[in-house]
Amino acid sequence: MSMIEFRDVQKYYGNFHALKDVNLKIDKGETVVLIGPSGSGKSTLARTVNGLETIQEGQLIVNGHDIADKTTDINLIRKDVGMVFQHFNLYANKDVLENIMLAPRIILKLDEEENKKQAMNLLDQVGLADKAHNMPSQISGGQKQRVAIARSLAMKPRCMLFDEPTSALDPEMIDDVLNVIKYVTNQGDMTSLIVTHEMGFAQEVANRVIFMDQGQILEDEPTDKFYNHPENERARQFLSKIIKH
Amino acid sequence: MINLLSSNWHAFISGFGWTLLSSVLALFFSLIIGSLFAILEVVPSKILRIIGNVYVEVFRNIPLLVITMFFYLVIPLYVVKINGFTAGTIGLTIYTSAFIAETVRAGINSVDIGQMEAARSQGMTFWQAMRYIVLPQAFKYVIPPLGNQFVNLVKNSSVLAFVAGFDLMYQGNAIASQTFETVNTYIIVGLFYLVITLPISYYMQHLERKLA
Repeated sequence: MSMIEFRDVQKYYGNFHALKDVNLKIDKGETVVLIGPSGSGKSTLARTVNGLETIQEGQLIVNGHDIADKTTDINLIRKDVGMVFQHFNLYANKDVLENIMLAPRIILKLDEEENKKQAMNLLDQVGLADKAHNMPSQISGGQKQRVAIARSLAMKPRCMLFDEPTSALDPEMIDDVLNVIKYVTNQGDMTSLIVTHEMGFAQEVANRVIFMDQGQILEDEPTDKFYNHPENERARQFLSKIIKH
Repeated sequence: MINLLSSNWHAFISGFGWTLLSSVLALFFSLIIGSLFAILEVVPSKILRIIGNVYVEVFRNIPLLVITMFFYLVIPLYVVKINGFTAGTIGLTIYTSAFIAETVRAGINSVDIGQMEAARSQGMTFWQAMRYIVLPQAFKYVIPPLGNQFVNLVKNSSVLAFVAGFDLMYQGNAIASQTFETVNTYIIVGLFYLVITLPISYYMQHLERKLA
């Protein structure tokens, strides 16, 4: 059964056609990596899935709800769809523990004691239990991103969106974050959509790789096939440039 | 000057009291009204944004004296009888609230958009995100300019003198015209204003350091 389904989706910023005829189905439990040059629409596509960007035409079904339908309560979808941002976006006025506990408290009405136990447990999983009472400004970028992942997981999402999660990190921080993401994608039937430039990582975790350019999906293949024989000429070019380094 | 002060002590103190009361009331209500209109200016609904914008632009760009005169002369004529003190305080509140709205709006806009997006992406409503994440951060940015608005408000309360509000300025005018000690009277009036404004300035600086 599909978790995310784009049907003939069009997205415009004014006159700029940001997403063109996007058709895409992501099944429950799948890990899909989205690659492509800057400005190709990868982030935009990921951000439409939880309604941070609106679409102008077509249908976008997430977890059984049509996002484009005005009567859909977007907040009901969002609580099941976690998002991890390039710039972490930890709540600057809350400490690490409170960053994780806030949404479960006010949205899921989780019991305070249980909430705290869960938060500490998640911090433990991302290796940051000792940072529970630090403010976001007091921890490193890599630590922030791991807290951000824990914050998303606290809502027990069925689906995770990672929008260039390592692009703003120092090179030596990247591995820790990628390991946590790998761990997350392997949990139960978690569905993940990952926008990234980390090609090695993509090859390791992805079931499928999608290549986008100029707002269009040009290639959508199982990971091995994509890396070995990309059919699309533009994808081949992109791959050869990126793999060289 | 000591003589002037002691022989008119009662008038000065009562003027000081009314000025203080008017300032406190106007400060309290303009902070609430101003914050509400600031939020109206940033909500997703276009209609509400326009309402917020019109309010701010209208009252920010009319002289305080004109707004106050309006409440003093027009409201009693058509709506309800109010005295000079009430009219002056309402005028002061509305005028100041427009500036506070602009200040708070600027504070809200200076909070990184990612904060709102993260909160929304977790399923919070716009209002929950505002309440728990954006506004607490916005108020930190807003404290220094807000301090300025509060000091301005106290000084602007002298507008009550024009509508018989019995405030410090009103009493000063009366004492000056009775005693002909014009200069000394206004020096004393000025000192009384400092008694209110200096603590505000210092408290705001303290708050700024504490939250920084």
